[in-house]
Amino acid sequence: MYEIRLHSRGGQGGVTAAKILAHAASLDGKYSTATPLYGAERRGAPVVSFIRLDDKPIKVYSQVRNPDLVIVLDPGIMNMVDVLQGMKEGGEVLINSPNKPEMNGHRVYNIDLTGIALSLDLVVAGNPILNTPLLGALAKVGLVSRESVKKAISAAFSDERNATAALKAYEELVI
Amino acid sequence: MLNVGTGNKAVALAARDARPGVVAAYPITPQTEIVEEIANQVGAGNLDARYIPVESEHSAMAACIGVAATGTRTFTATSSHGLVYMCEMLHWAAGARLPIVMANANRALGPGWNIGSEHSDSLSMRDSGWLQVYASTVQEAYDATIIAFRIAENENVLLPVMINLDGFLLTHITQAFESVDPSGYLPDINTPHAIDINNPGGYGTLTANTEHFKFRHDIMKGMKNSVPIIERAEEEFAKQFGRKYGMTEDYMAEDAEVIIIAMGTLGKEMEVAVDKLREEGIKAGSVRVRWFRPFPDLKEKFEGKDLIVIDRDYSFGFGGILANELRAKTCCDPYSVIAGLGGQDVTYDDIAVFVRDRKPGEEFWFGVSE
Repeated sequence: MYEIRLHSRGGQGGVTAAKILAHAASLDGKYSTATPLYGAERRGAPVVSFIRLDDKPIKVYSQVRNPDLVIVLDPGIMNMVDVLQGMKEGGEVLINSPNKPEMNGHRVYNIDLTGIALSLDLVVAGNPILNTPLLGALAKVGLVSRESVKKAISAAFSDERNATAALKAYEELVI
Repeated sequence: MLNVGTGNKAVALAARDARPGVVAAYPITPQTEIVEEIANQVGAGNLDARYIPVESEHSAMAACIGVAATGTRTFTATSSHGLVYMCEMLHWAAGARLPIVMANANRALGPGWNIGSEHSDSLSMRDSGWLQVYASTVQEAYDATIIAFRIAENENVLLPVMINLDGFLLTHITQAFESVDPSGYLPDINTPHAIDINNPGGYGTLTANTEHFKFRHDIMKGMKNSVPIIERAEEEFAKQFGRKYGMTEDYMAEDAEVIIIAMGTLGKEMEVAVDKLREEGIKAGSVRVRWFRPFPDLKEKFEGKDLIVIDRDYSFGFGGILANELRAKTCCDPYSVIAGLGGQDVTYDDIAVFVRDRKPGEEFWFGVSE
């Protein structure tokens, strides 16, 4: 079982990203679950979502304690939250940033998702949309197929710029 | 048709596919998505039903009672404080023998204010005459909702059914699930005592002490009758749609020396604990109680086994509610673990520890050091 913890802020689309990822993985023929961890969250507060992928039915409902991959949509929360907590040995980090930070020796993928969203004017209520470009980056990392990401995004959003943003992120992410 | 969505969405689509004539509901966290989605389906013309947004849960159930009394298929959904607010009407629905189907998102009761999962809300309605089933996956939430209509509306049952799903853990998790066309599975509703303007009668009239107990006795019979009807409804569902359910879901229980028992999502998580314990050489198994009312006959299954019961609920002054039911219905005195209250995170590793450290007959509150 492959386990992901996604750190974002309320309003950034992290919860939706988790759902679209679960959808795309299921289109790839995998079992998948996506769970938001709810407290008294509101816009701007740190939020966590969990995604699990497996080749067999997933029976686990508890929180992800030892992630294989940590996704950070807002590097600013790293001042408040230990995003590497419980990280598996050999676990990886995907961070929304133009720069590649050093993170305890873990392999880090960095990509400027905010820049991609702004370049396409993909902004809702003042927030750049990060979840659809994130899905493109995750396809590049190899978690899901490009085709399934495309299908899952079009099932969630009618605005075609979302698929463009995903493609852009796929092309920009250096592995 | 394959869908990917939350437990809430699955329940809403099952309600759509069962084609109720009326849905009357009031939104409450974590059930809100159910009523939003049903309103969407009605608005989009996918469900030809009257959607009644009411001002409270008490009114929601009162509206459902009025509708069901006309012989119309009726659905609603609630959670926690909403459920206990409709308590009076829940008893009325069962007493009037109305086959209302309702989803309940299991959530703790305040104070302290908490929106996490707990079974105390539905279990406090244990003696209301409602049938209660507990789901553990998004698919099961969908299927149980469809099956519930067939059971509730059976003329030998005619009692309301509550489908329970763990708040957030199941209402908000996204999983793949298949929706079906149940038109060949659910016959048209035919309520024998429906209001008939050509044959006027009294409803909810004064019932003297020479008659009242007979009506209670009839509810008792309806509940008893429901056991074979549940079994048949689930068999027929398996035949038509390929997914099999029972009064319980057993996992490696047959040759087990120690059995873990729970309801809802913990009842799935514990299967992972069973796998881990088996690797260590501990002969563990699990039994997930699906139907709480009517309560399954587990006496034979549990004979001579060590039992660990995990209760996401508590009866103050008595003990874990599921543990108490088992004490009453079997000869076993289980190790009673109180865990998961208010959404407390309980992992399969925690459950494996409960098994390794079991003390039959004792009670253990997870996470509390005394």
